[in-house]
Amino acid sequence: MGDELRLAIASDMDIVHAREKGRELAAAHGFSLGDQTVIATAISEVARNIVLYARRGEVRIRVATDTGRDGVVVVAEDQGPGIRDIAQALQDGFSTSGGLGLGLPGARRLMDDFDLQSEPGRGTTVTMAKWKRSRG
Amino acid sequence: MEVPILKQGHYLIASIQSALTDADLSQLREALITRVGKYRARGVIVDVTALDVMDSFAVRTLRDIAHMARLRGSETVIVGIQPEVAFAMVQLGLSLKGIATALDLEEGLAFLDAKARERA
Repeated sequence: MGDELRLAIASDMDIVHAREKGRELAAAHGFSLGDQTVIATAISEVARNIVLYARRGEVRIRVATDTGRDGVVVVAEDQGPGIRDIAQALQDGFSTSGGLGLGLPGARRLMDDFDLQSEPGRGTTVTMAKWKRSRG
Repeated sequence: MEVPILKQGHYLIASIQSALTDADLSQLREALITRVGKYRARGVIVDVTALDVMDSFAVRTLRDIAHMARLRGSETVIVGIQPEVAFAMVQLGLSLKGIATALDLEEGLAFLDAKARERA
């Protein structure tokens, strides 16, 4: 079991740092440049949501193995206001911040696994994973 | 990190050198819009070759730059989107609809020259 990176997220600089760390980890485990970019982009979106809605939170990144495949697992967690309507938050174009409304639905499309847990007033946890495609 | 903006003839060239924070992107937008007026620029090129991630904030800012520049009488071309970045942008659902793009700086300059001839 590899080490888990725990990254505090509280500013736009932390967003860049988190996605760079995610890319490094994916690269170190032999993910393609395309997958590295996909993972970094998804991290950027969920980390931005933390800054935007909760002001601060944490992104944790680790490598996991499932049925012989390596995957990068990203958990983005905050104790912010939470999401009242999860289905709505996962719709393209829905935004309460004036953004493009593509952050969460986009991250879900980029990654293979995507899970969103949220409780109004308590916070939000996004867990997502990208699995290495088998060669051949 | 501030993005250097060069003036070349009637064009402004913003050459992004490294990863940008949201604040850096917003600052680039303000700087370009101000300079379009100051230098009476007819065209703006934003070179994103060095960007290894274009997320929703980056794309929104580039769109804003293009739309604002157009309102000020200037055409914008985004050049140098990397293949992996293009792939991730499409997956994410991001597009630069209505905004000119070109493979690299040279093609971007050729595009602006052609636009200028159309207008002349």
